[in-house]
Amino acid sequence: MTRRAIWSWLVVLAGVLYFFVPLLGTFEFSLRYRRGVYSFEAYRIVLGDPRFHETFLYSTLLALATIAVGILLIVPTAYWIQLRLPRLRPAVEFITLLPLVIPAIVLVFGYLRIYNSSSLLPMTASDRSTDVLLMFSYVTLAMPYMYRAVDAGLRAIDVRTLTEAAQSLGASWGTILFRVILPNVQVAVLSGAFLTFAIVIGEFTMASLLDRPAFGPYLQLIGANRAYEPSALAIITLAITWSCMALIQILGRRSAGQTVGAH
Amino acid sequence: MGLLEIRGLQKKFATSTAVEHFELDVERGEFVSFLGPSGCGKTTTLRMIAGFEIPSAGTIRIDGADITRRPPNQRNVGMVFQSYALFPNMTVADNVGFGLKVARKPSAELGTRVREMLELIKLPMMGARYPYQLSGGQQQRVALARALAIQPKVLLLDEPLSALDAKIRVSLRNEIRAIQRKLGITTIYVTHDQEEALSLSDRIVVMRDGRIEQIGTPFEIYNFPRTGFVASFVGTLSILRGQVIDPERGAIAIDGQEIRASRGLADARVGEMRAVALRPEIVSLHTSAHNGNRMQGTVEDVNFLGSIVRIRVRFGENAVSLDTFNNPSATLPEPGQAVTVSFPGEGVLVLEGSATA
Repeated sequence: MTRRAIWSWLVVLAGVLYFFVPLLGTFEFSLRYRRGVYSFEAYRIVLGDPRFHETFLYSTLLALATIAVGILLIVPTAYWIQLRLPRLRPAVEFITLLPLVIPAIVLVFGYLRIYNSSSLLPMTASDRSTDVLLMFSYVTLAMPYMYRAVDAGLRAIDVRTLTEAAQSLGASWGTILFRVILPNVQVAVLSGAFLTFAIVIGEFTMASLLDRPAFGPYLQLIGANRAYEPSALAIITLAITWSCMALIQILGRRSAGQTVGAH
Repeated sequence: MGLLEIRGLQKKFATSTAVEHFELDVERGEFVSFLGPSGCGKTTTLRMIAGFEIPSAGTIRIDGADITRRPPNQRNVGMVFQSYALFPNMTVADNVGFGLKVARKPSAELGTRVREMLELIKLPMMGARYPYQLSGGQQQRVALARALAIQPKVLLLDEPLSALDAKIRVSLRNEIRAIQRKLGITTIYVTHDQEEALSLSDRIVVMRDGRIEQIGTPFEIYNFPRTGFVASFVGTLSILRGQVIDPERGAIAIDGQEIRASRGLADARVGEMRAVALRPEIVSLHTSAHNGNRMQGTVEDVNFLGSIVRIRVRFGENAVSLDTFNNPSATLPEPGQAVTVSFPGEGVLVLEGSATA
């Protein structure tokens, strides 16, 4: 092995240690609930906690609603930008990046100021309307990821020609969008959807400040009051996020195979 | 009155005019090609007929109905694209049946029509395949079937063979023509390939800089080009410039040597500089009774092109190319050798104006 190769391996090893040692430490700690033996007791307690089920279900439903609204908002926008308004692309890209630049806490205070119970649109007046507000705030938060994923998918297909081909066959805009464009950017949309899911499941700031029973605040609550359960929760959350990432990879590879076959 | 009538069509973009003064009548069942170099406006014109571009001025009528501002999905015009544009998420059968499904045709009718179309393009067993499982030629045949399935009034083809290799291009070209004849569908075909246009079309519209240069049958376009551009774009030819001696007799002096154009130079004046053109296949190194025109020159270049040999002979300012069949036992002239070339007066193409190519 050459000296250069040794250095390469050392860099890789340092990276692996940097990422995996804390994870292994957390995992190992989560197994120490019982004195002297390793067990999954902390996981049993967490998974048996009704608040875990309630908050996880709440965040999952909110994530699904966020994904649905995000798709309905972003797919037609990105499609129209690509098809008819390519000159607006830089402006739209800038706008979609804003949620990454503006901290969530700033956004949520903005919402509270605009939509408080004494405003013209009192979204925080009831639990249901606050849920809707939280869902829209998640759409904003996930927008950079969803927009990029969808935009990349649209760039990979010949949007203009497919649209024109469908138009010449008598298709309306709705048919074109839902039967021609959307199925062909399905993998990109799914990637955006999984990223959105991962963001929403772990989000704390907005849910906490809007006082909604989401999974993020529950994680914080457990973390502040228990010893081993937070580690178990961290591992569970990571497993969920990684599963989402793995699904993106699997679907991405399938799509790449199809594209290669097409040429 | 044709099935497709185009009157005063114009398309202006922000800084340029892509098409202007475009007038054309296309008869029912006719195969018309738009031929010209890149940027001549042929595709823009086709896209205006399809409804993808809105004309800046002029009208388009199909079967008497003004469709100038009608959306593309309400024109009943089939379109085949250079890049096939098959829907990747659908099977071949779903692609072919897409237009019928959109039109909400009963499933029995849809199935029958799809089968008919797949048989027409000779891919009856490929219905369950996806586009990425087909070759380029097969994909374009499916695209053709898809466009034909909706029984359009006019079929538009936008350089459909450009992405295919040479052999498939020729076979698919013949197939397109055979299908068009069988169905009798009115067809507009955009191409920059003169051979395609000549072999497929009933009429050719030669375009340049957004305008029509000439409309005619392939025979007329090739043999009687009206302008230097048409003459040089369609086929190979040599343009010779000279001074008119006698317009009545069609006599013109090229580098001091008199030749005659059988079709005359009626619109020219004595002493005027005019241009004539010669196709390489009508010029001969030998003299014969049929070839009334003779010119003395010097061999400038000899190019071996396989079945033919192209020889370039210079007279002075002007030069002419001529083709001879390759004959291994014949002796070819050497560059620098003095030769006499001959050609018939009927083969001298008189170009309009002072004839710039």
